[in-house]
Amino acid sequence: MIRVSIPSQLIAYTDGATRVEATGGTVAAVLDELDRRYPGLKFRVVDEQDRIRRHMRIFIGDSEAKHVNVPVSPSSELLIFGALSGG
Amino acid sequence: MTQTTQLLVGTRKGAWIYRSDASRRDWSVEGPLFLGQIINHFVRDPRDRRTMLMAASTGHLGPTILRSIDGGKTWAEARQPPAFPKGDPHGRAVDHSFWLEPGHADEPGVWWAGTSPPALFRSEDGGDTWEGVTGLNEHPQVLEWFPPEAGTPDGAILNQIVIDPRDARHMYLATCSAGVLETTDRGATWRPLNQNVRCDFLPDPYPEFGQDSHYIALAPTDPDRIWQQNHCGIYRLDRPGERWERIGEAMPQDVGDIGFTIIPHARDRESAWVWPMDGTEVWPRVSPGGRPAAYRTRDGGASWTRQDRGFPAEQGWFTVKRQAFCGDAADPMGLYIGTTGGEIWMSGDEGESWRQIGAHLPEIYSVTAVSAA
Repeated sequence: MIRVSIPSQLIAYTDGATRVEATGGTVAAVLDELDRRYPGLKFRVVDEQDRIRRHMRIFIGDSEAKHVNVPVSPSSELLIFGALSGG
Repeated sequence: MTQTTQLLVGTRKGAWIYRSDASRRDWSVEGPLFLGQIINHFVRDPRDRRTMLMAASTGHLGPTILRSIDGGKTWAEARQPPAFPKGDPHGRAVDHSFWLEPGHADEPGVWWAGTSPPALFRSEDGGDTWEGVTGLNEHPQVLEWFPPEAGTPDGAILNQIVIDPRDARHMYLATCSAGVLETTDRGATWRPLNQNVRCDFLPDPYPEFGQDSHYIALAPTDPDRIWQQNHCGIYRLDRPGERWERIGEAMPQDVGDIGFTIIPHARDRESAWVWPMDGTEVWPRVSPGGRPAAYRTRDGGASWTRQDRGFPAEQGWFTVKRQAFCGDAADPMGLYIGTTGGEIWMSGDEGESWRQIGAHLPEIYSVTAVSAA
C-alpha cells in the first residue's frame, strides 16, 4: 500500500486523518482513489486539465512530482503539501 | 415599514452573517464560517429563501462552491463545482468563482456562476452540479473578449450576471475585458453592448468591446433602465436604446466618477447610489481625499449629492468592492457597505446618515442583504 500524507488544508475531507493508505500506479490514480473515498478532494489539488495547482506540491518520497502521470510504486510514500501561498 | 434583515458577508478570510432586530438598530453576528476560505460571493436564493451558496477558494486549494439547503444550518461542498471540460482547447481551468446569481423566478433550481478566467456556468439543481455555457465559453471571439493577459490584479473575471425579471432568456454580463455582453436566447448567443462607453486604456477610446465594466444594475421598477459603474465612469442606458450616457460627468471634479459599484433605489427609477474611489495617477483605489462618502442621484444622474454623515471626516482610506454595497427592500430603504478595512456600515435613512455596525473583519469582498427567513 502507498502511504499518503495529507496536509492540514485537506483534513476536512479525510475526517481529520493526516495519514491514509491508497493504491494506484501513478499520482493521478492515487488521487482518483482518494477522491472516491473523499469526494471533492482531487479537484482542490489538481485542476480540470490535470495540472497540479500552483500552491500545492506533491512528492514521491524526496522527489517532487511535477505532473500527475509520475509513477508511484506500491511501497512509496506520497506526500501532499500546501505550499507558500501569500498572506 | 421596517423588517428584520440578514447581511451575508464574504471576506478574504471567511464568511459572517449579521442579523438585525426589526428596527435594524441592533445587530448580532454569527461566524466565522469557513475561516480562512476566500469567499468572493455569499448569496441566498430569493425563490426558496433556504438555499445559500458561497463561491469559495483558499490560498492553496482549488475553487469550490459551498452550499446550504437549510438556510445556513448545515453546509456541504457542491458535488461538481464549475470547471472547464477536460481538454479545453485554450487550456483553461477555473481559478475561482466570482459571482453567483440565482436564476429567473420561472426557473427554480437554476443558478448561474461567473468565474476567473472569464466564463459562465449554469446549474439546474440548486448549485450542486455545474456545466459550462458553451455559447459564451466556446464563442469564436472568446480570446478576443477575454485575453488571458487582461484583467484585474486577482485575474480576469466575468464579474456579474444580471437577468431580466420579465424574460429568463434575456441576460446581461459585466466583464473586465469585454464590457457588457447581452444575450436574448438564454446564453446561446452574445453580443457586446458598449456603445459610447469609454476605454481610457486602449488606443481606440470607444471600441466595440474591451471596456472594464465593474458593475451593472437594472432599476427594480423599470428593468429597461441599466445603471453602470465602469472603470472609466458612471453610465446609464435606457433600452431599447444602445448608446450609454456618461452620467458621471455631473459628479464633483475633485471626486470623479470612478468606483466599483452602483446601487439603484428599490422603488424610484431616478435614484441610485455610487461609492467613488480615487482613480487618479497610479489609481490608489481609496476614498478620494481620505473622506469616505456615498453619492446619490435623484434625477437619473443629472446631479449627485454627497452623503457622508457618520463617516470619518478625514483619514478614512477604505473603499468598497464590487459586491460589497447593497440595499434592502424596506421603506425607507436600508443601505449597507462592507469595506476593504473590514468594517460594515449601514444607513437606515437612504444614505442621509451612516453608522458602523461591524468592524475588525478581514477585507470584505461581498455583502448581500436578505430579509430574515
